[in-house]
Amino acid sequence: MAGRNPVTWLGSPTFPKAAHIALGDTQLRSNLRKATTTIRTKRAGVVAELDDWERLRRAGEAIKDSVLADLDTYLSRLEESVTARGGVVHWARDADEANRIVLDLVRAQGAEEVVKVKSMATAELGLNEALEEGGVHAVETDLAELIVQLGHDRPSHILVPAIHRNRAEIKNIFDREMPERPASDEPRDLAEAARRHLRRKFLSAKVAISGANFAVADTGSIVVVESEGNGRMCVTLPETLITVMGIEKVVPSWQDLEVFLQLLPRSSTAERMNPYTSVWSGVTPGDGPSTFHLVLLDNGRTATLADRVGRQALRCIRCSACLNVCPVYERTGGQAYGSVYPGPIGAILAPQLSGDLHDEQVASLPFASSLCGACYEVCPVRINIPEVLTHLREQAVKAKGKRTPEAIAMSAAAWVFADPKRYEAMQRAGSLSRLLARDGRISRLPWPGSKWTATRDAPSIPEESFRAWWRRNRE
Amino acid sequence: MTGPRVALFATCLTDTLYPETARAVLTLLERLGCTVEFPLAQTCCGQMHFNTGYAGHARPLARDYAAAFDGYDYVVTPSGSCGGMVREIHPGLCGTSPAVERTYELSEFLVDVLGTIDVGAYFPHRVTYHPTCHSLRMLGVGDKPLRLLRAVEGLELTELPLAEQCCGFGGTFAIKNAETSTAMLADKMNAVQDTGAQVLTAGDNSCLMHIGGGLSRLRAGIRTVHLAEILASTEEEPWPVGTR
Ligand code: SF4
Repeated sequence: MAGRNPVTWLGSPTFPKAAHIALGDTQLRSNLRKATTTIRTKRAGVVAELDDWERLRRAGEAIKDSVLADLDTYLSRLEESVTARGGVVHWARDADEANRIVLDLVRAQGAEEVVKVKSMATAELGLNEALEEGGVHAVETDLAELIVQLGHDRPSHILVPAIHRNRAEIKNIFDREMPERPASDEPRDLAEAARRHLRRKFLSAKVAISGANFAVADTGSIVVVESEGNGRMCVTLPETLITVMGIEKVVPSWQDLEVFLQLLPRSSTAERMNPYTSVWSGVTPGDGPSTFHLVLLDNGRTATLADRVGRQALRCIRCSACLNVCPVYERTGGQAYGSVYPGPIGAILAPQLSGDLHDEQVASLPFASSLCGACYEVCPVRINIPEVLTHLREQAVKAKGKRTPEAIAMSAAAWVFADPKRYEAMQRAGSLSRLLARDGRISRLPWPGSKWTATRDAPSIPEESFRAWWRRNRE
Repeated sequence: MTGPRVALFATCLTDTLYPETARAVLTLLERLGCTVEFPLAQTCCGQMHFNTGYAGHARPLARDYAAAFDGYDYVVTPSGSCGGMVREIHPGLCGTSPAVERTYELSEFLVDVLGTIDVGAYFPHRVTYHPTCHSLRMLGVGDKPLRLLRAVEGLELTELPLAEQCCGFGGTFAIKNAETSTAMLADKMNAVQDTGAQVLTAGDNSCLMHIGGGLSRLRAGIRTVHLAEILASTEEEPWPVGTR
């Protein structure tokens, strides 16, 4: 299928190779450590304030699961409600289709520039690039997203795409790309420069493109949650509003929102309440955009839904808490994952949405975890990420076939473990490795053990296993 | 009155590489009045296979486990991750079994089943404790190991900064993503060195092998000792730690 797999960035190296580059970048590592440690601590604090946090998590999980179980019903209800309120609903199977729909809508308005409020769905599609090719320039209005865009960079975090940048780096980017230079690298001056830059864009744009955090099936209401007010500007000022939303974002009723509006801000920005929650239902004459289009995006989601273990990834509300606690993400940063969805959720979502575990880069993602379980512990909708990781590893291993050195070694090990006598014989043979050792430590093993001994000594196998000792003393 | 009949699940790693830990569990449990047996039919819980994507190879090993440990009052293992594998993963692979349901990680067994905190140990060293991820999050052993350590005579417990962060072992992760693993290890070793402890302990030899391997390469002079060996050590018979 040409043009498939837009989820991961074309030409990205496998995770271990990309991580190698990131690990060598000490500035990046210190930026990341600082940012993740701060937000981790803050999040733990605000979550501890709620004594029903566990019940909220379970409620979030249950609502999402029941929606996923009857997704088709909720989606048609959503379509009906949106249409009844004067909106137009479009269905997009994949990235190409979604991009074409949006481009056609923008062109129909005769617009050459559109303002955007950060949307994971459109990032997943590579919409900005597709618009650019069609002669339309998309302006990101979320501060962090703007930094990434002006820096000709790639995002590295779901919520804070420029988390890998520090103030001085941001000042440099703004100096280069904005008509008026920021006065200093103080956050206030940087924000002021961005605000002026963006105000011109907001006031001239005829079309805005947004994502959606939630869509309420009963009323056709779309919800966007943000903290800078740029989203509010996007969804109210322009004449035409186009919302692109993954089909899993639908919730049944307003009552369900209550649960997520508690779970989301505490998990993501460690705030009790997010500063801006914008809700719109179709169009209202004389108020806000006069045309509203909703693009419902599949792009691998129904395939994911079909997987009994993997489907829980569709519960994700993109809070990014799992990124902030992940020890792997903290060291490598988000770009090593080669996708708009980095970190633990990226490691399970990107492979599933792209649907191609034969791709070497995609197949490396489920292995980008030590399975420490911190992501599962923190996830507000209780996605068992380690479970999905091992499940996808199985698929990756199957895609590779039985002839790889690893597969052969694993079979051999399983054969040894299957019989206690063989296992004992191996222990005896292995204890010869003592000959490699000095003071009971081995500092150089042959491949693939060499990867271990590059930085760690390995213990030598003692003369007598416990089993042999037991036989000698206790049998 | 005789104590419970306990089967020791040594795990392949401890049986093969750290027999002294298995002997420590034996010594300790016998001292506490248990009848301990070591079923020779045991080999490996299948964790390496399962976690690397070879569930098909793990399944027969899970079945063998249920058979090897059938018929005991309890199965006790000095490994949080193998204990987690048995309790959390085996049922999904081949259904639950009496052996699975009676499997306990050592600190859980001591505190929850035997109801003991003070096991009569003596270990006059400055010790810091690393809560391994699977003990912490899969089994939820909580502060049981710490309570056991605090009751050890002569032992000075120092707190490990950022204790709950993964050490970077992760089984085959340490090989497949060796550089990331090493970066995580480096931070863990720094934290351990900051405590000024002489001994680092944990409830899992796999993590200790990883951190200990790094400390040994650094010649940091800090020994890694499994929790069981500390608890087995007494004033009359000090456990010969770090002889290898
Ligand atoms: S997987 Fe869970 S923790 Fe991670 S971004 Fe999604 S909802 Fe948040």
